[in-house]
Amino acid sequence: MDTAIAHPGDGPTAAGDPLLRIDHVCREFPRPSGGSQVVLEDIDFALAEGEIVGLLGRSGCGKSTLLRIIAGLVSATRGEVLFRGQAIREPIKGIAMVFQTFALLPWLTVLQNVQAGLDAQQVPEPAARRRALSAIGLIGLSGFENAYPRELSGGMRQRVGFARALVVEPDLLLMDEPFSALDVLTAETLRSDLIDLWSQRKLAIRAILMVTHNIEEAVFMCDRILVMSSNPGRIGAEIAVSLPHPRNRLAPAFRTIVDDIYGRMTAGLAPARGTKNAASTASLTTWLPVIGAPRIVGLTDTLAEPPFDGSAELSALAAHLHLNVAGLFRIAEVAQMLGFAELREGTLHLTASGSALAASGIQNRSGLFAAHLLRTVPLAAYIRRVLEERPSHQAPRSRFLEELEDHLGTNDAEHTLTAVTGWGRYAEVFFYDHKQRLFSLTRPWEQVT
Amino acid sequence: MAIVFSPGPWLRPRRFSIAFDALAALLLLGVFVSLGLGSVGTFAPLATLSTTPVSLDPAGLPYYAVRTVLRMLAAMVASLLFTFTYGTLAAKSRRAEPVLIPLLDVLQSVPILGYLSFTFIFFMGLFPGRVLGAELAAVFAIFTSQAWNMAFSFYQALRTVPHDLDEACRSFRFPAWQRFWRLEVPFAMPGLVWNMMMSMSGGWFFVVASEAISVGDRNITLPGIGSYVAVAIARQNLSAIGWAILAMTLVIIIYDQLLFRPLVVWADMFRFEQTARQVSHSWFLQVLRRSRLVQVAMSPWSIGVRQLLRVRLLNAAPARRRRFSESRVLDIFWYGAVLAALLWSAHIAVRFVVKELSWIEVGTAFRLGTYTLLRVAILIVLASAVWVPAGVMIGLRPKLAERVQPLAQFLAAFPANLLFPVAVFLIVRWRLNLDIWLSPLMILGTRWYILFNVIAGATAYPTDFLEAAAEFRFRRWQWWRQVILPGIFPYFVTGAITASGGAWNASIVAEAVSWGNTSLFAHGLGAYIAQSTAAGDYPRIVLGVAVMSLFVILFNRLLWRPLYAYGERHLRLD
Repeated sequence: MDTAIAHPGDGPTAAGDPLLRIDHVCREFPRPSGGSQVVLEDIDFALAEGEIVGLLGRSGCGKSTLLRIIAGLVSATRGEVLFRGQAIREPIKGIAMVFQTFALLPWLTVLQNVQAGLDAQQVPEPAARRRALSAIGLIGLSGFENAYPRELSGGMRQRVGFARALVVEPDLLLMDEPFSALDVLTAETLRSDLIDLWSQRKLAIRAILMVTHNIEEAVFMCDRILVMSSNPGRIGAEIAVSLPHPRNRLAPAFRTIVDDIYGRMTAGLAPARGTKNAASTASLTTWLPVIGAPRIVGLTDTLAEPPFDGSAELSALAAHLHLNVAGLFRIAEVAQMLGFAELREGTLHLTASGSALAASGIQNRSGLFAAHLLRTVPLAAYIRRVLEERPSHQAPRSRFLEELEDHLGTNDAEHTLTAVTGWGRYAEVFFYDHKQRLFSLTRPWEQVT
Repeated sequence: MAIVFSPGPWLRPRRFSIAFDALAALLLLGVFVSLGLGSVGTFAPLATLSTTPVSLDPAGLPYYAVRTVLRMLAAMVASLLFTFTYGTLAAKSRRAEPVLIPLLDVLQSVPILGYLSFTFIFFMGLFPGRVLGAELAAVFAIFTSQAWNMAFSFYQALRTVPHDLDEACRSFRFPAWQRFWRLEVPFAMPGLVWNMMMSMSGGWFFVVASEAISVGDRNITLPGIGSYVAVAIARQNLSAIGWAILAMTLVIIIYDQLLFRPLVVWADMFRFEQTARQVSHSWFLQVLRRSRLVQVAMSPWSIGVRQLLRVRLLNAAPARRRRFSESRVLDIFWYGAVLAALLWSAHIAVRFVVKELSWIEVGTAFRLGTYTLLRVAILIVLASAVWVPAGVMIGLRPKLAERVQPLAQFLAAFPANLLFPVAVFLIVRWRLNLDIWLSPLMILGTRWYILFNVIAGATAYPTDFLEAAAEFRFRRWQWWRQVILPGIFPYFVTGAITASGGAWNASIVAEAVSWGNTSLFAHGLGAYIAQSTAAGDYPRIVLGVAVMSLFVILFNRLLWRPLYAYGERHLRLD
């Protein structure tokens, strides 16, 4: 199987003049307090004609931002994107995009939606109509020309999205998680249809670049997969997939590649927070995801029970919980940070305290959670300390929010504080009154009476 | 605009029939002929007004009604033009926004009837000796009652265009012109149509009030329902007032059926939510859509508009535009100019009032303003105490709500000032206390806004909450306090804001009324402005209008805004 896996440099990029060249692209967002947050760092790759390339990564790794830079919707802070040697600074002819949310104009019919892109290019009316109708036929929407998007199912709407992109005859098709808003069956049909059209050379497009967080989808469709790591977003690995289409998900060769990518993605996670003491990794201003305490406790429960009995492969656990791997990563990461679990080589192991948490009853859980929270999440300990030091034992939310904003930016600070507030309330480490936006050491409803 | 977005006839097979053709043709013919007849009088010389004075013969009422409707239509067209330009400028220009939006906020609070006298003189000056001047003054008064909230709703829609649609339109490189008509206007449409309806229902009040204007010794009576009523009041003719009320009722119903109902149904296709929904029905729209005659008549239009959509307009090179809009030097220059203009106009206004009036006069205006404030506050409380429970009771019974809701909307649209003479007649007859009994007139029309908003809130209230409350056998007071009132609170505040704004405006005509030769005044700022207008005393009008605007702005800022924000934050049901 080693032949199917290549490393950066071996891919088709080496040959010929690339269709698209991403040249050391960086993207930073300014923080309110000055300075900036790096979202994308030194992204550098090329796209040749005839290939489908996948950008694979967890949510928040900047892959959608990268796609928007290539589409000309967002500008790069440094570096540039060259399309046929021309720098992209705004949306250009020759690149079209398919959106995760379909982004159809609800007040236009299918035909009008598809034709709108041609109208924008001043294609004469009869020609535009002819081309739009043929694109609609190609993508399997004949008979729905005069339907409005809200009359269609999700899968049909995304077909309109594809028709709208294909009709302008782009050289490069960008796809932003185009199947993730669809149910499993519909998504699979649409993927296969698209691959069929592509392999039968019925499409005028020269290359496809798609963003996804679904590993199997990437292996199913792409000739080359770029795995992105987060914070800041970087290209961590490049994997070539040379299986012929149509691909069989159950074939051993397919599974090997999927497992290899799982391994790489979890390996990318492990060294950051894994083997070392978890407490030392989170600082006062570490960004934290909003994951409810019950979900973390629920994860330890599931891990402790059969069939896992204390450790589980992430992919198996994800399937068991009906979660996608990216979603499970986040919960696992928090469980690891709190010291309830440990992630090694794609396998999640319950720690001793994790087992204790799973075994304890409802009353004791919050106490155990509190001990870990105060030890491993400096922000929670900090809020607690401030409340203890103040004579009133109260502090407004804004006091902490402003401090966090200096380091994290408005959105992330809001997010992080919300996460810690939830955990702190669950553990009864402190209390919070939403109406007054006030933290307190004692129960607010007892202060009143 | 229906034509802009409708596909060619070959795409939508519909059931056409001769009956629909005949009906559509007949109705449209009727509308066009009466509008044509009505507009002829608009361009006549001013002298015709005195040679053919308004007569109280009911046979003349249809003609007067057409004239009134024409004014409303003209004002609506002007309001739409204003909305599209002002709202767009405010949403798209980084520099214009911080000036235009607060300005809109202030304009919304200025009592329209207060500055009627100024605009009247201005427009008469533009077209001396022509009826057109007076007509424009009346249209302008209606326009000022309609335009602000429409522009505001459009601005807000432009600011909240969904991100993915924005990106899609940018990535497919829609030219600005196409983006405006294909993305922005359709997205704003449902909110805009709703605001047009609200504006229109407020507008009837002002069209009635602005048709018979007298400033100082100049009297102008434009033919219309409003001036018909004014003449009836002067001649103490109660039966003529009955005829006017009947005519107004018919006009509002026709307007609703032929204009707004079709608009609302049509605008439903611009809803952004992707779910299918039960749509309300409009027989007139149905007739238009099913008539082949109308389709054929519209098709050249449709093609023309499609071509217009393809025109590349307003398409400056983006790079150059950006450099211009980011220039710091221009920023400083711009804000400097705004500040200077602000200081200059404040200086002029203060100097004008100070030169003519003493500080004691200012004190008087504030004292009278407090009286009116007290009236508005008490009336809102009283109206809420009655209409909130009533609205809840109606709203929770879907069958009843379905029947009452259109009635409440009709009552809100009905110009209450047509009913004033009846009330005044009674007050004069029974010699009632003016300060008390003139007050209810202020809220006569606007209380319906409370009712229909509360009905809407109660109708939208989730049934599972009600069932839970019933299951746990909540007691009556607890039920009101914990279950229903928090749920309808945001709706109530919306209604109450409209009602109180309307009441302030109405105070100018409600605190000073007359019947024949008897003139009645309550103590209040409204009466102060009305008396100053009748006397042509401009400094006092300026003072009165300024003080009233101040009161309204403070009332909104200190009471309604915080309440609304509270409701949005804590009492949202989704």
